Amino acid sequence: MSIQEFLIPLLATAITAGTPILYAAIGELITERAGIINLGVEGIMLVGAVSGFMAAIATGSPWMGLLASMLAGGAVALIHAFLTITLRANQVVSGLSLTIFGTGLSGYLGKSYIGIPVAKPFDIMPLGPLAKIPIIGPIFFQHDILVYISYGLVIVLWYYMYRTRPGLNLRALGENPAAMDALGINVFLLRYIYVVVGGMFGGVGGAYLSLAYAPSWLENMTAGRGWIAVALVIFALWNPLRALLGSYLFGGIDALGFRLQVLNVQISPFFLKMLPYLFTVLVLVVVVARHKGRLSTPGALGLPYDREER
Amino acid sequence: MNRLTVKLEKRLTPSPVMAFIIPFISVILALLLGAIFLSLTGQKPLDVYATMFGETLGSKYGLTETMVKAIPLMLTSLGVSLAFKMQLWNIGAEGQLYMGAFGASWLPLTFPTLPIYLMLPGMILLGMAAGGLWALLTALPRAIWKVNEIITSLMLNYVAILWVDYLVYGPWKDPKGSNFPLSAPFPDAARLPGLGNSRIHAGLIFAVLLAIILAVVFKYSRWGYSIKVIGSSERAASYAGMNIKRNIFWVMFISGAISGLAGMAEVSGIIGKLQHGLSPGYGYTAIIVAWLSKLNPLTIIIVSVLFGALQVGGYSVQLMGVPAAVATMLQGAILFFVLGGDILTNYRVILASRKGEEVRH
Repeated sequence: MSIQEFLIPLLATAITAGTPILYAAIGELITERAGIINLGVEGIMLVGAVSGFMAAIATGSPWMGLLASMLAGGAVALIHAFLTITLRANQVVSGLSLTIFGTGLSGYLGKSYIGIPVAKPFDIMPLGPLAKIPIIGPIFFQHDILVYISYGLVIVLWYYMYRTRPGLNLRALGENPAAMDALGINVFLLRYIYVVVGGMFGGVGGAYLSLAYAPSWLENMTAGRGWIAVALVIFALWNPLRALLGSYLFGGIDALGFRLQVLNVQISPFFLKMLPYLFTVLVLVVVVARHKGRLSTPGALGLPYDREER
Repeated sequence: MNRLTVKLEKRLTPSPVMAFIIPFISVILALLLGAIFLSLTGQKPLDVYATMFGETLGSKYGLTETMVKAIPLMLTSLGVSLAFKMQLWNIGAEGQLYMGAFGASWLPLTFPTLPIYLMLPGMILLGMAAGGLWALLTALPRAIWKVNEIITSLMLNYVAILWVDYLVYGPWKDPKGSNFPLSAPFPDAARLPGLGNSRIHAGLIFAVLLAIILAVVFKYSRWGYSIKVIGSSERAASYAGMNIKRNIFWVMFISGAISGLAGMAEVSGIIGKLQHGLSPGYGYTAIIVAWLSKLNPLTIIIVSVLFGALQVGGYSVQLMGVPAAVATMLQGAILFFVLGGDILTNYRVILASRKGEEVRH
């Protein structure tokens, strides 16, 4: 086997394996930029995965599934928004309870869907002439449509955050909500919107697993990807372009373990499965240590906003 | 027309009445929400709850199983509550439990002929050491570089579970186990004695003793006090000359060791071998139990029994065709309500009309 025959499929799989993490990380990135930590991503992804799957089976359309996963992800995130923004609850514990609740809810709803194939998943759809470019084509442009949408999404989000007025407001929302409030901007409403939109992307991340990557439903099928997405946002220093790179890096580690198993390498599959988790810890430690703890964390991240205490 | 607006005013001290009644109201509201959800999905909520609580609290078998599930919950909850007191979000209890089970299992599987007075203390020590050392993998980067402990402790859960899977599917698999992912059975000397003649084992005594020790430590010791101070403000604590790094190190080690003891008690007291899937998520439920108990060690013992019942109830409704995941869902919902209800403990809700009259509640 030539190096190309090994590398090109590996990199192509890195992209598909990284895409669910990318969607979830984008959702978390928006949420955290608005000043709210949401540790419920894992639960949101699971609920998104199961509701997308159920809707796709009921309607026969993966797009309806995608829509359902966005609505479900947004609805679960709304609980977090209400608890942390309106009721000023502890964001860490609220997020954890979201994950526990989402795990239970998805397990409950999905019980009778285990092992059922979905009639119409998101199929592979080579992207015209782009797919024919040597090396680049097979790596980037021979995937399903959700992958292509994610490319666009990252660019649009980057532009929105760094080149538009509302994007500037989003960044300020997580840095200094009191100043935004003084400018007459509705901090509470905006935070609600970004938390819910973030949850929608988390839902899409889950639906990508159940409607494109797997495509099937399995209890706890996210297997920690939601948590990896949370770690990835720190690795990305809250920048969508770095989040894209990071997602494919993690996807690559996932894919590597899988490829090595297929090639019958003499390493226990259990150790190969540990790779993404160990890699997450390692990357997090290296990134944080390199910045000596002074990351560009949004200044007001995790703090409830209280007008009276300005 | 006077429009009423709702205002929140911070209480100077948290209301003790609210702090006491909110957990009860939360459980009731979560059950109500669950009932709505059950009926929406075509179940009969009253029948489901009747089975859930009838089978657990209404029979000797159910009560015993409730206690059996409550023991690992007590231990892991005590473990995480210690870390939470310092605002150290150790959510790695699940992994620490698995590593504790691994450490404890090593002794009887390697030296099966040890006498009981060496075997059991050795297993306890090894289980606690393994859980504690595993937690240090999270504590060290947190203490040195402030690496977010939530993510590292959680990622290590997956690694620990895969490590035990590797052992029981590979080198430790019982050759006589007809290919199931189990280790060889432990010798009798490696089994924690039961209380009376039941499946409830000596782990319960460990848990109750530990709860009392922790309660005393929190209330009377200097160390317990400094944990609380660090938890409320790291800066204040370091001005007061407290060594934060050393405290992170020790608190995480002990927190992990207690969860490790939970793993030891499971393999030694209940299963009698190491096996795949030895915890149904005790380490995660522990987070809810600890928070619901307001991190009070003695309350944890009681709340653990309630959650043990919920766990057993979840299994018992499976026969009715209701997925056991309903129990996990209810747990999450209870925590939502407790979190939401906390606002009534810490804030006073004021209804104010435009005229400036205020109605205080």
